Amino acid sequence: MSEKRQQVSRRQFLNYTLTGVGGFMAAGMLAPMVRFAIDPALQASSKGDFKAVEDVENITEEPTRIDWEIDQVDAWYESTVTKTAWVYKDENGDIVALSPICKHLGCMVTWAGNDDYPDQFYCPCHDGRYYKSGENVPNTPPPEGLDFYEYKIEDGTLLLGPTKPRGEA
Amino acid sequence: MLQKLYDWVDERVDITPLWRDIADHEVPEHVNPAHHFSAFVYCFGGLTFFVTVIQILSGMFLTMYYVPDIENAWRSVYYLQTEVAHGQIVRGMHHWGASVVIVMLFLHTLRVFFQGAYKKPRELNWMVGVLLFFIMLGLGLTGYLLPWDNKAYFATQVTLEIAEKVPFIGEATKTLMAGDPNIVGAQTLTRFFAIHVFFLPAALFALMAVHFILIRKQGISGPL
Repeated sequence: MSEKRQQVSRRQFLNYTLTGVGGFMAAGMLAPMVRFAIDPALQASSKGDFKAVEDVENITEEPTRIDWEIDQVDAWYESTVTKTAWVYKDENGDIVALSPICKHLGCMVTWAGNDDYPDQFYCPCHDGRYYKSGENVPNTPPPEGLDFYEYKIEDGTLLLGPTKPRGEA
Repeated sequence: MLQKLYDWVDERVDITPLWRDIADHEVPEHVNPAHHFSAFVYCFGGLTFFVTVIQILSGMFLTMYYVPDIENAWRSVYYLQTEVAHGQIVRGMHHWGASVVIVMLFLHTLRVFFQGAYKKPRELNWMVGVLLFFIMLGLGLTGYLLPWDNKAYFATQVTLEIAEKVPFIGEATKTLMAGDPNIVGAQTLTRFFAIHVFFLPAALFALMAVHFILIRKQGISGPL
């Protein structure tokens, strides 16, 4: 042994080695499990398809509820789920398709759902209201306007796709 | 930083004796492979425990995707194995670990048997060990059915037939296990699942605690 001060004692060296090897083994064991568990968060989100829902000529200036069905694949479970939109033509004749999902806490809004507000969308859960344009009425619970459905028109038929929030319009 | 955190807790709760009691003890020379290589035979108990930990962890993660239902069990297993990242590995760990743990348990038992380490005063720990062995076999048996494929189904069918052959209580036993006198189906699967993930592990933990407390209390048996 030289005169130099020992930087690492035998005990420390063994401690570090054991902790290192043990940590490596534990990590090797846990890494696949953790990746397995967080997989849903890392799956690429699938873009929704467009589905034909209604003839354009049937759409009026009055918001009308349209229901249609899409095939949904939920991991090992495949099913048909119903989607809903409130659809009308605005003053320029352009289609407006609004999501019925309240931006407050996710209940379903209805056009003229409250007799006191026949020209508004109404959410029964907390009296949230939206104008015909989908903009939220100030001083009611919703923090922003209803989402739009993306739409296409092919051969006079309206196709609805995924929704997008107002901010990204 | 870590030292400070530790000191802060230790100052208030005095945790040092707790972990020292568990982790800090002399390993006798005759048990240390560094002195006598043949002492590796003493590893099998620890290896059994290590594989058991793997089984517990991988099993916990598998239940994030698995459904104990005859319509969906097989499909959920197929999904987690083919669609989920590292599903093959996690299920593989649980599948192979189930066999490895039995092998380790068996080697551990052989060592204790041939060294006569079960003799007085350690008879009680031998009995606890035998119970642990039965619980492991039970875990293997109940886990075998869960993927709900052909092998699982018919293996369980045979198991239930064997149980039925027991005199007097056979039929009742079979009905209790299968949840139905005639059908191996929905109720069998949910029962086996509940036994596999709740009842047997609870018994396993309790007995493992007893097993380990006894070994610390009595010490490892002396050299041959």
